[in-house]
Amino acid sequence: MGMTITEKILAAHAGKESVVPGDNIWVDVDVLMTHDVCGPGTFAIFKKQFGENAKVWDRDKVVIIPDHFIFTKDTHANRNIDILRQFVKEQSLPHYFDVGTDRYKGVCHLALAQEGFNRPGEVLFGTDSHTSTSGAFGMFSTGIGNTDAAFILGTGKLWVKVPESMCFEFTGTFPEHVMAKDVILNVIGDIGVDGATYRAMEWRGDAVMSLSMEERMTLCNMAIEAGGKNGIIEADEVTTNYVQQRTDAPYKIYKSDKDAQYIFKKTYNASEMEPIVAKPHSPDNKAKVSECVDVKLDRAYIGSCTGGKLTDFMAAARLLKGKKVKIDTFIVPATREVEQDLYKEKIGGETLVDIFKNAGAYLGDPSCAACLGGPQDTFGRAKDNQVVISTTNRNFPGRMGSKQSYVYLASPYTAAASALTGHITDPAEFIYN
Amino acid sequence: MNKVIEGVAYVLGNDVDTDQIIPAEHLVYSLSDPEERKNYGKFAMSGVPADQAGLPDGKIPFTENGQSESKYSIIIGGRNFGCGSSREHAPACMEIAGVRAVVAESYARIFYRNSVDGGFFIPFESVKCMVKEIKTGDNLVIDLNKSTLTNRSSNKIYELKSLGEVIEIIEAGNIFEYARKTGMIPSA
Repeated sequence: MGMTITEKILAAHAGKESVVPGDNIWVDVDVLMTHDVCGPGTFAIFKKQFGENAKVWDRDKVVIIPDHFIFTKDTHANRNIDILRQFVKEQSLPHYFDVGTDRYKGVCHLALAQEGFNRPGEVLFGTDSHTSTSGAFGMFSTGIGNTDAAFILGTGKLWVKVPESMCFEFTGTFPEHVMAKDVILNVIGDIGVDGATYRAMEWRGDAVMSLSMEERMTLCNMAIEAGGKNGIIEADEVTTNYVQQRTDAPYKIYKSDKDAQYIFKKTYNASEMEPIVAKPHSPDNKAKVSECVDVKLDRAYIGSCTGGKLTDFMAAARLLKGKKVKIDTFIVPATREVEQDLYKEKIGGETLVDIFKNAGAYLGDPSCAACLGGPQDTFGRAKDNQVVISTTNRNFPGRMGSKQSYVYLASPYTAAASALTGHITDPAEFIYN
Repeated sequence: MNKVIEGVAYVLGNDVDTDQIIPAEHLVYSLSDPEERKNYGKFAMSGVPADQAGLPDGKIPFTENGQSESKYSIIIGGRNFGCGSSREHAPACMEIAGVRAVVAESYARIFYRNSVDGGFFIPFESVKCMVKEIKTGDNLVIDLNKSTLTNRSSNKIYELKSLGEVIEIIEAGNIFEYARKTGMIPSA
């Protein structure tokens, strides 16, 4: 019987010829990533279980990327960065990207890609649910807790139940005003927030393979919002071009067999996709943008692992160029590299930074920032009963900092179009006119 | 392992996410410092919208007056309990507040895994949804041998699903003890 790409990667990392969904296997880990929120707890468990002087299983496979609570006066949050530094020093870990240095990156999921830690065929675990993002590189990646991360630090292994796979195929071509964010919000709306629980979400089809790596990352990033264990897209030339610019490390390309078994299969016509929002307070509360144009907004937020990549800001800048926003608009590049690109990339001779500033938007430093609320002094944190349109990934009650606020999840195009009008707006109005 | 768990119910709805269980601004306290970790108990469930907090009536705080321990030690949930962020602070804050079991119709996988591998409490799955069957404050008894949940306040008995393959990790205490038992890592 044929295997899916997820099954093949897991089998290879368990030293097995084949696996089937439901098998409980121990896999060898290629990369373990942690950050400032979960690192301290992970290291404490590691020391308790393996000894005060224990060493991590492989220094070269541990990646520590502080990104959550960075630009804050919160003393506990800052203390947690010191704990990361101390552990890195004790263990002589090479892959640490310290706050306040030239090495600081920002949001871990994009930093993993940009620093060459996402490689086809590998197994990557991270102490963050959006670790599913890395699956865009044709690898197995998923989020875990502190305990499992500490277990990996000591052993280099973790048990995994092989997930059943779901196949989402998009044929044809996406309309110009539709972004990967619209596509994933549409799918989550179709299957629900637990529609992919314990399952792999595999993306296929010409339309998917026509997307850039950043857009593919957006698709895999939100697999967790449907409960998915991992999102995954087979590597192709787009993938290898990106990877080879970032690392010399070897990789292996796996592809699903023609007769691979899927628990669910759905084919979409890409050209029929429309801009989508997720209404408060759940990522599966799907509506077409055209159905929500009466919703008045207090602010727009463009940032995070989901919607804070260069592609996302190029899209926003295309709409904001030469215009003024009508509501408070927050721009938060995911990483330093994205931030630097905002100063380099131009549309019609004007840099993205100038476009955003001239439009009246506020620019923040690269980090997770208000995507998850964070400490009280976090840039862009929602207040009171504000209505927010956001390119982030979750609109759970209180997620962006205020239990009374209302968050609509949307694409960067839709967020930018809405920032210009003050109500939810179809980007097509600006793109085609 | 204790074969009977007795406690008072705290009832929540569907899709209780980990931002509700412990809002992100609180993810800064040490989980290992004995005093500082009490903050997690204090803020456990503090993100649950008021009308959903302690069903059926709502507006029942999980912990009171800055206390780190709750009088409710069995959580009842609906579908997709623990969805969202992978933060292990979620099951940890519940354990710190005194939770010994959760009975939900289904779980998000990372939360379920964290609960089992970290040995915080036992996540049971109910055969039918318990949210409408049990009221916050009801006295409950879970019998592990019989896989049943008894509501002493209404004298009704409900079936729980078998814990299945994770029973070995639960019986060992956590993933480390399980790995020591099976010889995967050396005994301490």
